Amino acid sequence: MTSNAATVGTENLVSCHDCGFVVRLARGEHHAAAHCPRCRAPVHRRKPDSLNRTWALVITAALLYVPANLFPVMKVISLGQAQSDTILSGAIYLLVHGMWPLALIVFFASVVVPLLKLIALAFLLISVQKGSRWRPVERTRLYHIVEAVGRWSMTDIYVVTILVALVSLGNLATIEAGVGAIYFAGVVVSTMLAAESFDPRLIWDRARESNG
Amino acid sequence: MFKSEITQTPMGAERAIPPGWLTLCHACDLPSRIGDVPAGGIARCPRCGSVLYRRIRDSLDRTLALALAGLFLFIAANAFPFLALKMQGNVTHTTLSTGVQALYEQGTPLVASLVLLTTIVAPLLQIASLIFVLAPLRFGLRIPGQAGVFRLLRRVQPWSMMEVFVLGILVSLVKLLGMAQIVPGIALWSFVLLIPILAAASSSLDAEWVWRRVGLAR
Repeated sequence: MTSNAATVGTENLVSCHDCGFVVRLARGEHHAAAHCPRCRAPVHRRKPDSLNRTWALVITAALLYVPANLFPVMKVISLGQAQSDTILSGAIYLLVHGMWPLALIVFFASVVVPLLKLIALAFLLISVQKGSRWRPVERTRLYHIVEAVGRWSMTDIYVVTILVALVSLGNLATIEAGVGAIYFAGVVVSTMLAAESFDPRLIWDRARESNG
Repeated sequence: MFKSEITQTPMGAERAIPPGWLTLCHACDLPSRIGDVPAGGIARCPRCGSVLYRRIRDSLDRTLALALAGLFLFIAANAFPFLALKMQGNVTHTTLSTGVQALYEQGTPLVASLVLLTTIVAPLLQIASLIFVLAPLRFGLRIPGQAGVFRLLRRVQPWSMMEVFVLGILVSLVKLLGMAQIVPGIALWSFVLLIPILAAASSSLDAEWVWRRVGLAR
């Protein structure tokens, strides 16, 4: 169904990020200020400043990850007594109450996924910067996984939202969002933006050079 | 064999893209020419295996029908009671947006806006932009703004997180187990049904086919 189009003179072809239209750039033009003739989006050979932007967002997320896990995401005030829940204690609560499959999902979505995402992105960034030619197919797949799983980290933010909605109006108990929730929301947003700003085609730039 | 499957529809004539068009792999940048892809077929990048093009049978009709169904479910999900909590004789009714309001009033507007964006605004934009772009095409029309709205759709999609919200509901229910009784409302069922409907709509969309019609250069 596909054929390698190496014969058409492919050096200056760029595809539009937004609509996939193939544009031929002028010789030597790298970050063209050109716009896609089909959808008017700016056209770049690679996402602009991809490595710096992704690093900045990865570092931001890593810094936010610490207070997100240390501070309570939720405060339960019941009969004059206040009890605070962090991300981790929320998962442990489920485990203690015998809901280990759900505890595992929450633990993975909130604690493991953001951390693995940051490690994977840092690994991809370093491998691109070092000009690695190692397993481009697997690294591309890793990128797609990072891109797809990040959204599940929102689970804890939603749990807080739903509990706040349901319980804040009751008379006996009140649930409030804690400071940790703000940091945690920051982690989710910055890791999603980091995944979006990384350009997987950078992985292949070196691999292509080695093929000549 | 495959050619015979390309039926001719008189209205909204869903003709296939003429074979031989050039595309670059979005993941590894390898140029490929897409040949005659049969309805339901997939063209993959010969180097990295990413999907280059997927041809869906009756893509326009199917996507538009799903988007319209999605619109009705979205309205139901926002208009009717979502969850109710029964605790010692007291009943608290909530709608989808109650949590957003409560977070806002408690002084966490950032978290409130993120929840609003990912559970209400992004899904609505997704549904509305699909209908805005596809409905005129169904009748062979082009209206101003179609290209811009279709670009917006792609930007909005990653921020629509309804399926994650459902996991959040599940976890919340377990946490309240034994303390209170939770009664699901019509809106919750509409919301849960909306997820596969919207997923089907976006996977039946043939973006290249649409771009060839709404784009500025054709």
